[in-house]
Amino acid sequence: MVKNIIDVKNLSKSFDISSKEAGLKGTIKHFFRRKTKSLKVIKDISFNIKEGEIVGFLGANGAGKTTILKMLCGLIYPTEGSIFVSGYLPYRRKEKFLKNITLIMGQKQQLIWDLPPIESFYLNASIYDLDNFEAKRRIKKLSEMLEIDDELYIPVRKLSLGQRMKSELLAALIHEPNILFLDEPTLGLDINAQRNLRKFLSKYNKETNATICLTSHYMKDITSLCKRVICIHNGSISYDGKLDLLLKKLSPVKEILIVCRSEKDAVQLENAGFIVKSKTKNEITLTVENNFITSALRTILNNFDIEDLYINEPPVDEIIGKILIKKNYDI
Amino acid sequence: MISNLIKRKVFTLLKVQYSNMLEYRVEIALWAISGIIPFFMLNIWTSNNLNEGINFSNVMLSRYFLCAFFVRQFSVVWVVFSFEEDSLMGKISPYLIQPLNPFFRYFAQHIAEQITRFPFALIIAFFFFIFNPESIWIPNLGILFLSTISTFLSFLIQFLIQSIVACLCFWTEKASSIERLLFIPTLFLSGLLAPVISFPEYVKSWIYLTPFPYLIDFPANLLSGNPTNISRGFSMQILWIFLLFPLFKRIWTEGTKKYTAMGS
Repeated sequence: MVKNIIDVKNLSKSFDISSKEAGLKGTIKHFFRRKTKSLKVIKDISFNIKEGEIVGFLGANGAGKTTILKMLCGLIYPTEGSIFVSGYLPYRRKEKFLKNITLIMGQKQQLIWDLPPIESFYLNASIYDLDNFEAKRRIKKLSEMLEIDDELYIPVRKLSLGQRMKSELLAALIHEPNILFLDEPTLGLDINAQRNLRKFLSKYNKETNATICLTSHYMKDITSLCKRVICIHNGSISYDGKLDLLLKKLSPVKEILIVCRSEKDAVQLENAGFIVKSKTKNEITLTVENNFITSALRTILNNFDIEDLYINEPPVDEIIGKILIKKNYDI
Repeated sequence: MISNLIKRKVFTLLKVQYSNMLEYRVEIALWAISGIIPFFMLNIWTSNNLNEGINFSNVMLSRYFLCAFFVRQFSVVWVVFSFEEDSLMGKISPYLIQPLNPFFRYFAQHIAEQITRFPFALIIAFFFFIFNPESIWIPNLGILFLSTISTFLSFLIQFLIQSIVACLCFWTEKASSIERLLFIPTLFLSGLLAPVISFPEYVKSWIYLTPFPYLIDFPANLLSGNPTNISRGFSMQILWIFLLFPLFKRIWTEGTKKYTAMGS
């Protein structure tokens, strides 16, 4: 049985937020009497993550995904509840715990700006007590996997965003952590760089059995990496479970686009009792429930003269978008 | 084994930070030049014959201010400004989850900057001797060693004071304004503008209880060969380090509990 590597129980986090009215009057009032209120951004959440799992945290901006990651890696203290990551209380930042984890934030960097990334890699290697031989071996292996061999000796400031992100990843993985916290790692990357990064993460997970907690606004990151998702809505968990189950539940229909040989065939198909989503000349789009896809296809192929046929899944972004604005999903 | 690991950690940290500082060599040269306040003060003192009141000859005084310049060059601390920016922008987040206190990085940056400054400080000293040839002297090795130690201790005291102030960022966000308050006593009581011996007796007795005279005055007097109480100087430097270090550790531990990782 695979053991839980992350255990979170009744976790809450509050921040003191000060507010100020607009204008000069508001500024003066704010200067003499500051109004602060405690805002609960994470509300009593509980979940477990098993070793080797890749879990995607989904939520709208400000839902609390990043705050959860920050608490999991020990960057910030929880207000209430308990967190155990790899058997440690993360916020105590014990050396053994820190050597086991890494955090990558798409918009933050740890590489030294004016030096080539190789310098930061060796620095990180020494921080994590790796000897030179081992550091060299890991840099070689990871740079090959990330395909950045040529960029190692170019100052960071001269690298493209994609090259920089890959270098960040290498710097963050040089100590071969078992748990990766990735906060929007593909932010700002082009499509190819995003795909390469996803490929790398998937390979890293398979080779090392590392646990990966990921937040991203790019649905492709989530769908290609995560089997399980945790949806956060206003600091609470609105769904925790398999991604495909959620997609099936939220989208019980598929669309069939049929290109008929003639407009006449299209009209006949339109009147055959299917739910028609749209029709243009000889093209017709039908909406069919998942359970009836096979029988619907049989009927169409046997009775109509068709030129081409496409089965489309509804866009994942649309479905996920629905989840982000709902409070609860029981599946 | 463990000492080797620590040695390698320290060596790599210094090596990388030194490479980084060399990228800013012109800026560092300008910083070195901007530290010539002691030479202006020397001019004010000698042109007004103020040195007669403290039984310092012109040579003793010019050596004192040259040494004050050197001590200042190798004990300048700016950690509060770096830390404030990094903390407010969330830049320290990646460093906080590494098994090395981020202050070691700042410490290494300072040492690397001092190493980069060294040749520029020597050039400035060379020009000083051209204009003041009577001040040329070669301190003996023992004195050189002791004054190097006391300059390093002075740097440590200032680094700890600023680190404590920097940690206040976790509560106040603009901790550098508190540092500016501390800059006033540092400027007047450290010996940068005037040797502490020139202060009235009752003021001196109080000043010597504070860390300030051990930042510039003590190491500068030691290096220049002027009379100074060596055992008191070192004892007070070590005492202040022992007082400040646990305070820093405490404020760091409490502060990181308050950290909200803003800007990310």
